[in-house]
Amino acid sequence: MSAEPITTFESSLDEVGVELVQTTSDQFESTLIPLLNARAVGTPLPFENVSLPDAVEVDPTVQELETAETGVTAAGYAIADYGSVVIQGGPDGEEPVSLYADEHVAVIAGSDILPDMDTTFDRLAEDIRSGTGQAVIATGPSATADMGALVKGAHGPMDVTVVLLEDR
Amino acid sequence: MSVDDRQRKAERIRHLLDTEGNNVHENTQVFNDGRYESTADLEDYDGLKDEARAIKEDTIERLPELIHQVIEAVETNGGTVYLADDAADANRYITEVAGGRDVVKSKSMTSEEIEANESLEASGADVWETDLAEFVLQVADEAPSHIVAPAIHKSREEIADLFNAHFDPEEPLETAEELTQFAREYLGEKIMDAEVGMTGANFVTADTGTLALVTSEGNARKCVQATDTHIAVAGVEKLVPSVEDLQPFVELIGRSGTGQDITSYISLFTPPGDSPTFDEGDELGPGDDREFHLVLIDNGRMEMREDDQLRETLYCIRCSACANSCANFQHVGGHAFGGETYSGGIATGWEAGVHSQDSAAEFNDLCTGCSRCVNACPVKIDIPWINTVVRDRINHEDQTEFDFLVEGLTPDEEPGRMDLQKRFFGNYATLAKLGSATAPMSNWLAGTKPAQVLMERFMGIDRRRDLPKFRRETLRKWFEARGGSRISRTDASREAVLYPDAYTNHVQVERGKAAVRVLEALGVSVQIPEVASSGRAPLSQGMIGTAERHAHEVYADLAEHIDAGRDVVVIEPSDLAMFAGEYEKFLPEQSAERLDSNSYEIMEYVYGLLENGASGRELRAGGGEGVAYHSHCQQRTLGLEAHTVAVLDELGYDVLTSETECCGMAGSFGYKREYYELSMDVGSELESQFQAENARDRTVVASGTSCLEQLESLLERPSQHPVQLVDPVR
Ligand code: SF4
Repeated sequence: MSAEPITTFESSLDEVGVELVQTTSDQFESTLIPLLNARAVGTPLPFENVSLPDAVEVDPTVQELETAETGVTAAGYAIADYGSVVIQGGPDGEEPVSLYADEHVAVIAGSDILPDMDTTFDRLAEDIRSGTGQAVIATGPSATADMGALVKGAHGPMDVTVVLLEDR
Repeated sequence: MSVDDRQRKAERIRHLLDTEGNNVHENTQVFNDGRYESTADLEDYDGLKDEARAIKEDTIERLPELIHQVIEAVETNGGTVYLADDAADANRYITEVAGGRDVVKSKSMTSEEIEANESLEASGADVWETDLAEFVLQVADEAPSHIVAPAIHKSREEIADLFNAHFDPEEPLETAEELTQFAREYLGEKIMDAEVGMTGANFVTADTGTLALVTSEGNARKCVQATDTHIAVAGVEKLVPSVEDLQPFVELIGRSGTGQDITSYISLFTPPGDSPTFDEGDELGPGDDREFHLVLIDNGRMEMREDDQLRETLYCIRCSACANSCANFQHVGGHAFGGETYSGGIATGWEAGVHSQDSAAEFNDLCTGCSRCVNACPVKIDIPWINTVVRDRINHEDQTEFDFLVEGLTPDEEPGRMDLQKRFFGNYATLAKLGSATAPMSNWLAGTKPAQVLMERFMGIDRRRDLPKFRRETLRKWFEARGGSRISRTDASREAVLYPDAYTNHVQVERGKAAVRVLEALGVSVQIPEVASSGRAPLSQGMIGTAERHAHEVYADLAEHIDAGRDVVVIEPSDLAMFAGEYEKFLPEQSAERLDSNSYEIMEYVYGLLENGASGRELRAGGGEGVAYHSHCQQRTLGLEAHTVAVLDELGYDVLTSETECCGMAGSFGYKREYYELSMDVGSELESQFQAENARDRTVVASGTSCLEQLESLLERPSQHPVQLVDPVR
């Protein structure tokens, strides 16, 4: 993957208030740990030789889920133009984990950064046809302007961080 | 409309201006500015709109087939589809599925259309709106005032007061953060406990049975994930053929509506999903027992599909751009500019289609046809036309056998029972002819107190407005008396027909004279033949039959001139907009095309002449003179504001342009008793811009007749048409 989509992705993320942390598979754990808050939940990551540190609870109770400060999940792909990540939810719980914690940390492979919406929808269509039941194009934290001013963190997370695995 | 009805309507509008106007204004303006900014970032905005439009056209064309397909897809996925004929049918099914269990809902206008909450509650269920704005309205027991931001009319303070009174929290809530946090926690519990989640759907793909939900708060995701029965309600028009077809809509919907490039979440759910759900107790349970019901609602839509005029409404993706870009909406909001469920420009089509023409009639007149929404609509719906069609249908309601009596007395093709006010404004051209013929007596008469009182009483013309003064010497008479064009046809670089619109010919004669001199100064030989009036006036009153007759007459009057190689030059932008727009619907395609491509707005024409080498040396140069310019709404829609600015620039004027979508007068609108105050309220924006420090001393110019009338009443200093500014003999 050329450097260009990453640069675009980074500046798009910046515009929607999301921090991008670049790392490699080897460095993943040591990069992630400082990003975690005390109560962290997560779902297993699909990248070979990359796993979550023990501090992350992968089988949370409802209570743990609700009070989690950080939720770590993988994201299927990202859209450089928009600074979006596509969260594909399944039985492991990507959907609740990315939704209930105060901060969502999305882990993504460098090769999964797609340039624009057009290419994303080609991918999405393919995935949906082969059984991806839930795909959420998530851009920045949840937000509302319904209470008289813009507030980050409505029903969903108030913070989002993207961890990019450069070598994947 | 009776005197009392007008009075009541005026009072209601006044009340909304006072109570909700400011909040609505502030918020819609943020959305509207955001739209301009966000769509400007798109590489091919217009191409994207074309794509979106084509997908919707195709969808509605093939709707029965796609419904068939989506049923199959959803059933293959393990869900159920219910096709509901109407609201009652849908509610019967929904309450049966819910079975008295509590329901958590995300925002859905379609569920409001069928009043799903009421029927669920009647069955014993508690229903919770989890979208924060809808929750505010649920607590306040109020109706939405905007289709995307339903509580747009409420300020933070009002919401805080409401919550503090209703929930009596330990610490009174104050900031937007506190209010949000409180609602999140309160609703979080409801979401945890509920077994039934209800959502709408912005789009449903026929090929895979996928719902696309466009949201920002995350509540729709929670309502789906935390419950095990998901009911989605959607109008049948929400289908699109395939997943790939979602792309242009995803790129357009947020930008068009709230001015965001994209909302926080575009959820693509192909239910029933398999995310873990909340069981009894503290464990997350497997999500493989989920139930899914898609309730596809007809409720008048299949009939709209058969209706050549209302069909386009079904392309609407409910983005709200037509509300946000509308000057009237910006000032009163959806509680005035809306019907039983829907609000904003396109609401006329929706209300007439899914509720009743009566519901549409309540607010249809608030559309002035200014056309500012037309370019804003992501699926290119001709929203003003839909408003006009419904207005025409309302005019034709309740015909009686005595109609012929009234009809015999008026030169239009409209039914006798039609509202007298509409009839008066619709026949403006006839009136103008009569007015000039009897001027100045006609002006004295119209200007007297008794006449003003009578006109207000019988025709609803607000007595605070000065009626335009007819001139005894019309433009055509003046032109004839001076011996026609001073540039002979043989000496001319070009030949032009100056279109004598009713206003220029009878009232604002000076701008016509200036136009003649400016054209001649640029070497053009001018003619001003007798040409029928464009039909704009009757059209704006919903008198389509009359407008169509005008179109045929205008074409007949101008065709030979065009064949002889003469350009048609138009001063009044609203007339040019007729030629370029509505005539397509009245004339054979080739005729409309020919008239359109040979017609020019006066300053556009001047611009073209200068660009093609004509010398502007005889025109009056600006020498740095400061000018405050208000273009005309329809002129802007046609993309012709820039030409005036460029000409003035070129001639050395220092131009400041107005920022409002519309001046508020909009033809006859501002004259009407029931709308006078709204019209002035809309105008006040223009007033404050032109009275501001950097504009106060500038010469005021405006292109449209009604804008000039409005500016006359808003400002102390005079205003004129830009062509008068550059008039060599000024
Ligand atoms: S008519 Fe067009 S602009 Fe208005 S809500 Fe529908 S899609 Fe949006």
